[in-house]
Amino acid sequence: MSRHDHHDAHSEARPEPGSAVSADQPLIHVEGLHVQFGRQHVLRNVNLTVPRGQTLAIIGESGCGKTVLLKSIIGLIRPTSGRVFFDGQDLSTLSDKELTRQRIRFGYVFQNAALFDSLTVAQNIAFPLRQHFSYTDAEIRDIVRDRLEEVGLSDAIVAKKPAELSGGMRKRVGLARALAMNPEVLLYDEPTTGLDPIMTDVINQLIIRTRDHKHVTSIVVTHNMETIRKVPDRVVMLYPLPRLGRDEPQVLFDGSPEGIFQCRDKRVSQFVRGEARERLMEMLATSRRRSGEESAAPAAN
Amino acid sequence: MRGQAAAQLAPSLAKLPVMATAENAPHGSEARGCFAPLQAAADWLADLGHLVIVWFTALGDLALFTLRTLRWLFSRLPRRETLIPAFYQIGVLSLPVVALTGTFIGMVLAVQSYAQFRMMGLETRLGAVINMALVRELGPVLAATMLAGRIGSAMAAELGTMRVTEQIDALASMGTNPIHYLVVPRFLACIVLIPTLTIMADFMGVVGGAFYSITLLDVDYYHYWVHSKNFVNNFDLFIGVFKSLFFGAAIGLIACHRGFNCDPGAEGVGRAATRAFVFSFVTILLLDLFLGILLDTLNNYLWPQQARVV
Repeated sequence: MSRHDHHDAHSEARPEPGSAVSADQPLIHVEGLHVQFGRQHVLRNVNLTVPRGQTLAIIGESGCGKTVLLKSIIGLIRPTSGRVFFDGQDLSTLSDKELTRQRIRFGYVFQNAALFDSLTVAQNIAFPLRQHFSYTDAEIRDIVRDRLEEVGLSDAIVAKKPAELSGGMRKRVGLARALAMNPEVLLYDEPTTGLDPIMTDVINQLIIRTRDHKHVTSIVVTHNMETIRKVPDRVVMLYPLPRLGRDEPQVLFDGSPEGIFQCRDKRVSQFVRGEARERLMEMLATSRRRSGEESAAPAAN
Repeated sequence: MRGQAAAQLAPSLAKLPVMATAENAPHGSEARGCFAPLQAAADWLADLGHLVIVWFTALGDLALFTLRTLRWLFSRLPRRETLIPAFYQIGVLSLPVVALTGTFIGMVLAVQSYAQFRMMGLETRLGAVINMALVRELGPVLAATMLAGRIGSAMAAELGTMRVTEQIDALASMGTNPIHYLVVPRFLACIVLIPTLTIMADFMGVVGGAFYSITLLDVDYYHYWVHSKNFVNNFDLFIGVFKSLFFGAAIGLIACHRGFNCDPGAEGVGRAATRAFVFSFVTILLLDLFLGILLDTLNNYLWPQQARVV
């Protein structure tokens, strides 16, 4: 069996995309999503539709709920209310086993790669294959080598443990592991955070190449403006709930990457230009208030 | 939700008298003095209520976690490659510490009981007392305590680190159930190997007690063993091993549950490891008491005429 043969066999083994639904149905549909942890509300009434094949970037300040949205889409976080549909199926109605079957259709690249530190690089990439298929060792070796090649790594690192790799290499191995199952959807959680500009560009190009070669639907959570310029077809910007009024929508912008740089909403334009402005004023006001309280206290005494 | 309600109640209860004193009451200081005990009582009540709710929520969560573990255990056995490392970690690597614990319990029992028994001229009965205390009580409880410290904390820290570094989420995202992959092998290893290790601790304790009594305290060899044999029966051994089965299950479930619900950061992992040990230890003591009562009742019911004298 050649390498390409078992790749085909592998593709056949996964569920047929959109088998029971029409082709124009959105692959991912989020409806009235509300997520709350204890007393902290993170997402409120978020609606999002991602058509098949689209590359979507989700941007926003730290703590605005980007990662929570991404994890809700794959069912890692159960929404407090609202529904997430994947390929026409409501994830909240699925049993553990059905959810597992659907998750195989996703590839998730975690912020810090989340490689299993007790396993080698090869074992990490082979992990989902060994869990869901009965490939021989030789076949697994071939697939691992192919996936590493796709992310621009040589198979000299297969025996290394994740702790021995650099940050950029770890992210690429994370991407190789996410690609191992030939997913239909790739979710990237801050893929370029903490990397140097060269490695950031490498990761951006890898996301583009994966999209073009494998025709996957991609959702990229990012802060990186270069990524927003180069990678997505569409950009959605979320805003932290504590800074919003009661009836204001949490999605501030939903449009093209070109459009976001011309957006007139001050909150959007300040974010894409990296201007702190009001935040600096708030910081100054807080420190002034604090110093005022401190000086008032001895006077009162 | 209930936790949230209590948390919301606490500030509103606390605020009530303050509002009355500061805003409405004409003589602020007098009124504050009058309301202060009431406010302290309200605060205390709200804190207590919050604590009770937190405890009940955690207990309910542990019960659900146990149910999910049992469901996965009976629906599909874990793979060999996940079972063997768990069995090795929990069983093989715990052998030295358990053997050492057992041996020393046996010897310490001999040292502590010898003087009293000698005063009454009953030193040949030492075997009966040492071995009975060992197989029924001290062997299982002390072995389980040692294992809660060695295995429980390690499992909670390992799973906690996996939770913090998103490795558990990564497992789930690849279509592998984390409870089936991580918890079931550890739980199985605990319920199979902790009773086995308890038998090992009992054996080493018997050997240690006999060695100290016969070799160092010059107790008669023949009578030491005859009294042991007459006094300790198979049901006593069964009680010890039966209890250790529950201790093993408690250690496995509590440690894995703590690891799965670990708070972020190094502090969270440390806290998970500590709590895994403390909660396991308290559970071991509680189980020991209630299982002891239950099994004694069963013993009296099965053999009502049996009375044993040292």
